[in-house]
Amino acid sequence: MDVAVSVNGTVYERDVEPRKLLIHFLRDDLDLTGSHIGCDTGNCGACSVIFDGKLVKSCMLLAVQANGAQIETVEGLSEGDELNALQRAFREHHALQCGYCTPGMLMSATALLRDNPSPSDDEIKTALQGNICRCTGYWNIFEAVKAVAR
Amino acid sequence: MTTVAPERTEVQKGWIGESVARKEDKRLTQGEGVFVDDVKRHGMGYLHFVRSPYAHAHISSIDVSAAEAVEGVYGTLTGEEVAALTDPFFQIAGAPGGAIRDFSLALGKVRYVGEPVVAVVAETRELARDASELVEVEYEPLSVVVDARKALDGEAPVLHDDAGANLMWEGVYEWGDLDAAFAEADRVVTIDELHFHRFNSTPLECDGALVEYNRGVEQWTIHTNNQFPGFAAIMMGPAMRVGIDKLRFVTQDIGGGFGNKITSHPQLVVCCLLARKLNRPIQWTEWRTDFHLSMSHGNERWFHETEVAVKNDGTLLGFRTKALDDAGAWLRYEPLGGVIWAQVAPGMYKWRNIRVEFTQVATNKAPVSPNRGYSRMQQLWFTERVIDIVARELQLDPVEVRKRNYIRVEDMPYETPNGCVYDSGDYARMLDTALELIGWDRMDERRAEAASRGMRLGVGIGSTLDSGTNNFAQSRLINPELQFSGNNEVATVKLDIFGEIVVTLGTTPQGQGHETTAAQVVADILNCSPDDVHVRAGHDSYWNSHAGFSGTYASQFAVTGLSAVKGATDMLAAEIKKLAGAVFGGVPADALELADGGVRIKDNPEAFLPFMACGAIINANNAGLPEDLDVTLNCRYVYRPPFQVPDIERKFGNLTLTYAVQIHVAVIEIDPDTGYYEIVDYAAVDDCGKRINPQIVEGQVMGATAQAIGAAMHEIFEYDEDGNLLTPNFYDYHVPHALDMPPLHTGAIESPSPFTPLGTKGMGEGGGAGIHAICAAVQDGTGKIVTDSHNPYHRVWELLQ
Repeated sequence: MDVAVSVNGTVYERDVEPRKLLIHFLRDDLDLTGSHIGCDTGNCGACSVIFDGKLVKSCMLLAVQANGAQIETVEGLSEGDELNALQRAFREHHALQCGYCTPGMLMSATALLRDNPSPSDDEIKTALQGNICRCTGYWNIFEAVKAVAR
Repeated sequence: MTTVAPERTEVQKGWIGESVARKEDKRLTQGEGVFVDDVKRHGMGYLHFVRSPYAHAHISSIDVSAAEAVEGVYGTLTGEEVAALTDPFFQIAGAPGGAIRDFSLALGKVRYVGEPVVAVVAETRELARDASELVEVEYEPLSVVVDARKALDGEAPVLHDDAGANLMWEGVYEWGDLDAAFAEADRVVTIDELHFHRFNSTPLECDGALVEYNRGVEQWTIHTNNQFPGFAAIMMGPAMRVGIDKLRFVTQDIGGGFGNKITSHPQLVVCCLLARKLNRPIQWTEWRTDFHLSMSHGNERWFHETEVAVKNDGTLLGFRTKALDDAGAWLRYEPLGGVIWAQVAPGMYKWRNIRVEFTQVATNKAPVSPNRGYSRMQQLWFTERVIDIVARELQLDPVEVRKRNYIRVEDMPYETPNGCVYDSGDYARMLDTALELIGWDRMDERRAEAASRGMRLGVGIGSTLDSGTNNFAQSRLINPELQFSGNNEVATVKLDIFGEIVVTLGTTPQGQGHETTAAQVVADILNCSPDDVHVRAGHDSYWNSHAGFSGTYASQFAVTGLSAVKGATDMLAAEIKKLAGAVFGGVPADALELADGGVRIKDNPEAFLPFMACGAIINANNAGLPEDLDVTLNCRYVYRPPFQVPDIERKFGNLTLTYAVQIHVAVIEIDPDTGYYEIVDYAAVDDCGKRINPQIVEGQVMGATAQAIGAAMHEIFEYDEDGNLLTPNFYDYHVPHALDMPPLHTGAIESPSPFTPLGTKGMGEGGGAGIHAICAAVQDGTGKIVTDSHNPYHRVWELLQ
């Protein structure tokens, strides 16, 4: 099926198999390999992207469902080559180790801070509960998000 | 979150000891890391494994014709083909486990659910998966053994006929004088059974590879996230009947390893054979369910008939126990677990009389392999469990029993009953720091306050000796025929043509920040900034920085990796001075210094040669240099720790170089009506000697703590009696989420290692401390003896009944 999807402001038109997952479309067809895959059950959140303004796990959608959608991925976060404030906070607070969950974690935090620029500690934890990290224990991730919250 | 930093014993100078923000993070926060599944090649085929649905069965037939007939399917590989093209993998075990014949696909028989039977390669991931469904495998199911305690019964089915029985390895370790210890004892505390459960660290990225075969030179390039290429090469080369140089291992970013990515060599062999057979690059990315079913479960271990000789005042004299280790279906790194625990045989304590009868058996479960804290975690959990059970039996305070028996700071370096040397540490001071962090002096008050709400408060202590830098000669305690000993790691440091400082490492980092910490060490020696140092990302065995033990595992980078970096950089600094001395017309090295991105004469700073000029002279402008000037500005150093081969008969000798320490204290509140409990306070105190980058060290402490919480409360690879894994994905296997994290206080002291060039100790595997701290807190809160390392809510409820 033909789909036209805007990702980070660029429109991509592709013919895709109806059963292809959105995450595989992003990674394999569009070469946007920043979003990752850590499970096959929708639990880990490594594939999180913002889809028409809403946070979604891109393994839980088909590529064809994204026809006409505006998608934001980790590749779109930086301001030019410069890290944005959230990315800088992750670096300063050592909120990543292997970096595999980080793209999804950043997208979840981005979605949170847009909806709620001054989240409480509990709101930060709740917003990140769909993203698994096996390296950090999350504590430094909470600190990084807090540092950017107003 | 609170942090207690150590008091500064010296004024810091330079980059070592600073929490430099990581070099790796720019690419990783931009989604520009390169993980194995990101590597693509033209015409590559996607590999999917057909896996066994049975825990134990004969394979009566395999028919791949329907799968191969599908358009877009490139080909298949079966066990019969593997057996024709390769030899069985080398076995670490002698008899009886060493007799088993292990190939990279099942041959004639399957031995656990999820075992790879056939590989299918197709044009897309989806097609490879679909075509796998068309492979017809006929099985004749056999009876199953999943409980290690029954594996040696006459009734149990035998997994490997070649081995004759399910016994894989057994050995008796005895040090000191057990009879005298038990004669001297006021009491003998007995513990019938303790059980350390099966789980692993489940790195978020599963295993994978992109393998290319260069037919002209008969060489494979293996882009992979295997974390110990040195071991993979030793396993794969002989099996594939090729020299090690035909196997080029390349990694960049790895999405977590924790030991679980050491034993992917069987799958890598399958990829190599198919890359050659089908003449195209082979891409394999494991699915999460495949990982849970088949990869690197941690060692499940039982301790039976434990007897502890104690004095009435709580002095521990010795213990004897029978350890039973469950290897699962294959020996992929085992039976090394049968000796690795001996690095920490007495735990933190001074008892001198120890007897452990160790037995390892095969069962119809996934093969075990190293998991963060590998084999030491089980032993440390055991010793800590003994302490708390003894304290309870003697009605003594667990804190006092620990302090009475801890090896003391003045005893360091301390030789254990089995000849290991604990290099440094102050356990009692660490415990005090941890207790202070959780407000130990107000605990009675908190207990009463919790009780007033109908809750039971429990406090528990756990500790880890994070032994690092293995002496691989310990493998000879398992099999005297083996020819491994010592350890090594390599780094190269060069000054390139435009003055670039370029570092290569033999390690395979998975998030430990090697690029950053290596740059800190280089910067201090060359007197420049870490920003000026380019550390190549990842690993490439075709760089000249690869040695037999290269990799990232077993808490050793801060010793092996950074000592290699230091050695190579010291060599480079000397060469720069030698070159500058010649250029300046015979100035001796001690009259020169490195500063401001170059080398200058101390008494005449005007005489300055920038690194760029040094690099250019040697590499591109070298006419007229003195003939005897022995300078390449490309320095390679192999760090080799000082080890001897242990006494095999007595099983006595030094098995590791350094002992980092973690002490954790957990405070929990239990709802007695349901068994539900929460961690309400938590402290983790670390001592890893000199810290190169305290923030990275603290990150490792935090990560290990989180994994401990998961393992103690939620995570288990549990099987039903037919050998089906009940937790094959993140739905059923609950790893901690953001909402599961308790308040955390961290602290650190620094006891530099006297045995390492930088005073560092490898660290990162401190999670065992947390597992025990939670067990002990459950024991304290319920008032019942805890005998299992895994205590989900229902078990706590059962304890309370």
